[in-house]
Amino acid sequence: MKAPILVVDDLVKHFPTDDGRTVHAVDGVSLELAAGETLSLVGESGCGKSTLGKTIMRLYPPTSGSIRVNGQEIGTTSRRAMRPLRRELQMVFQDPFASLNPRVSVGRAIEEPLIVHGIGTRAERRERVSWLLGRVGLPADAAARHPHEFSGGQRQRIGIARALALNPKIIICDEPVSALDVSVRAQVLNLLGDLKDEFNLAYLFISHDLSVVEYVSDRVAVMYLGRIVEIAPRERLFGAPLHPYTKALLDAAPIPDPTRRRGRRPRLDGEIPSPLDPPSGCRFRTRCPIRIERCTTETPHLLSAGSGQFVACHRAFEGASVPVPVPAGAPVTGDALAMR
Amino acid sequence: MSALLDIRDLHTHFFTARGVLKAVNGVSLSIGRGEIVAVVGESGCGKSVTAFSILRLIPDPPGRIVGGEVLFEGRDLTTLSPAEMRAVRGRGIAMIFQEPMTSLNPVLTVGEQVGEVLIEHGTVPRSRVKARVLEILESVRISDPARRIGQYPHELSGGMRQRVMIAMALACEPKLIIADEPTTALDVTVQAQILDLLMEMRDRYGMAVMLITHDLGVVAETADRVAVMYAGRKVEEAAVEALFRQPLHPYTQGLIRATPEGAGSAAGFGRRPARLQEIPGMVPPLHAMPPGCAFAPRCAFALDLCRQAPPPLVMRHEGHQVACYRAADIEARTLEAVA
Repeated sequence: MKAPILVVDDLVKHFPTDDGRTVHAVDGVSLELAAGETLSLVGESGCGKSTLGKTIMRLYPPTSGSIRVNGQEIGTTSRRAMRPLRRELQMVFQDPFASLNPRVSVGRAIEEPLIVHGIGTRAERRERVSWLLGRVGLPADAAARHPHEFSGGQRQRIGIARALALNPKIIICDEPVSALDVSVRAQVLNLLGDLKDEFNLAYLFISHDLSVVEYVSDRVAVMYLGRIVEIAPRERLFGAPLHPYTKALLDAAPIPDPTRRRGRRPRLDGEIPSPLDPPSGCRFRTRCPIRIERCTTETPHLLSAGSGQFVACHRAFEGASVPVPVPAGAPVTGDALAMR
Repeated sequence: MSALLDIRDLHTHFFTARGVLKAVNGVSLSIGRGEIVAVVGESGCGKSVTAFSILRLIPDPPGRIVGGEVLFEGRDLTTLSPAEMRAVRGRGIAMIFQEPMTSLNPVLTVGEQVGEVLIEHGTVPRSRVKARVLEILESVRISDPARRIGQYPHELSGGMRQRVMIAMALACEPKLIIADEPTTALDVTVQAQILDLLMEMRDRYGMAVMLITHDLGVVAETADRVAVMYAGRKVEEAAVEALFRQPLHPYTQGLIRATPEGAGSAAGFGRRPARLQEIPGMVPPLHAMPPGCAFAPRCAFALDLCRQAPPPLVMRHEGHQVACYRAADIEARTLEAVA
C-alpha cells in the first residue's frame, strides 16, 4: 500500500457569528489521500466541502484536528514554517478570475509562486512560465496579456498553470469546472486528467456535480452538514451506495438520457438544515426516510462495510455482524476489514 | 391545430459601442398547449434573450426586437401596447427566473406578494384573496403555508423561494410558463423537487412550459421537445428521444458527447479513462460572428460552403429540424457506425 501523502485527522472548522453562535462548517472530518489518487468530496451547498478544502490549504486556520502532508503537521504550524510544505499543496478555484489580480499580467501571476519561494533566476522563471503556458494549452503570448482578455475556460487554464508552477504533489480542485459551459468543461477535465498522469498528481476534487465526480474519481467522500457520511471507491459508491443520503443524491441527479427517465419518484423532502444549529445524533435524520429513535440520540461513526467502503449510518449494518470501528477514511487496502 | 406560442423569425439585436450584437438572429419556435419545450444551449446562445423577447422585457436601449413575430394565441405580442402586454403577462404567460431572490420583493411577505398578483389581475374577489393564497402555496407544496404566508423572502431557503416564485406564476393560471434556468442555483435534491413540481403543474392544469436550461440532464428528464441554440440561432429541434438518440447537428452531438455520461462508461482518472470528447475552441463573440455557420470554426465536418453562408433550417425527419449542410452525411455515418 502506498503511504498517504495527505492525512486529515478529526479536522474541525467552526466560525463564530456576530451574535455569539457557531457555524459548524466542518465537524470532525478524517481522510487520507494517496499519491496519484483522486478523492472527490461531494455534497450540496452548506455541507462544508469547500470549507474543508480551504482549511486543508490553511486559508482558514483549523479549529482543531490535524493536517499532515508527507507526515509533517501543517495544521498547527505557523504560515511561515509551513512554507516549504506549501509547495506540495496547491489549489485551483471555481472562478479563477476572482483569484487573479486583474492588473497583473498572466505571466507574472504564474511566476509569482516561484518568486515567493525564491526559485530560479529571472530568466529561468520566464522559461518555466512559458513552458507551463504551453503545457496547459495557452499560446506563449498569453504571458504579456491580462486576465480579462481570456474566456472562462482559458482563465481556468491560467489557474491550473499557476497551481502547477511549484511542481506540487497535491492539488485541491474546488469546483474547477462548475462555472464552465459543457463543451469547455470537457477540455478542462481532459487537461486535469492528462496532468495527473504526467505528474502523478493527487487531486482532492470538490464538486457538487455527480456526473463529473463519477468520471474523475478513484474514491468519493459524501459530505452532509460538516461530516463525511460515506466514503468509498467510485464503483462502490455509485454501484452500491449504503447511506440513505448518498442514495438520495444519486437518485436526484438528472440523467441525460430520455430512455432512462424515471418519472416522478419519492424524493428527499426538505433542504439541508442550518450549520448554526445542526440536528443532534445523525445530522441527516431530519430528512432521512429510514430514521429510527437511535439516530436522534447517538451519532453514527464511519464504519467499514468492506471493499474500502465506510458508512456512518445506524441502519446500514442491520442484519450484519457488528462492524469493527476503523480509522475513518483510510485508503483502500483490500478486504482485510471486510465484514460481509 | 394552431400552436399556443408561435415565434416566427425573431430577431433581437443590441446596439452597443462595439457594434450591433445579433443576440437572437432569426429564431422560430412553436409550443403547443400543455407541452414542455426545452431550449438548450451554452452561455450567450440567445436562449434567455429569446424568452425575454417573448415577454417584451428586453431593455431598450440598448436592445430591440427588430424583426419577426411572437404569436401567442394568434396575437402578435410584438405589436401590443404596454397595457395590453401587462394583461398578457401573468394571465397568459408567466415567467420564473434562476435566482428568485432578485425577483421577489424583499420587504413584502410571501402572502403579500402572492396576494398582490391576484389583486393586480383581479382573478379573485378581495375577500377570497387570503384563502386563495393559502391554496396556491399548498399546491406548490410549501410546508406549513399558514406560517410561510407571514415570512419574508430572506427567511426562506433557496428551494422555498423558488416555490414562492412558482406560486406567483401559477396565481393567475397562465397558459404558458417560461422557466429560465429555474433550478440552476439549487442543489440537486431540491432541483429534483422543483422539476417534479413543474411537471405536476403541467399535468394538473395543462400549462405549457418553456424550459430554458444549459443542463442536458434536466432536458432529458422533463422535456417533450428540445430546441438547441447556438450563437443566436436554432441549430436543431426534435422530440426529446430523437434528439438524444440521433442528434444530427455536430454541435448537438458534441454537447451530448462532452458530458461524462455521453462519453460512455467512466473509468476514473486513475485508470486512464476514455477522454471526454471536446468541442475545440469556444463560441465566437457576438460582435465577431463568422459569415457562414457560426459553428464552422469548431466543426470537424465544415466545408468551404459552411464558411460562406449560414445553413438554412431544414426538416430532415418528421418533427426533426436541423441547420447543417452536412446533416445528411452525418446521419449516414452515424447509421453506419450503429450498424
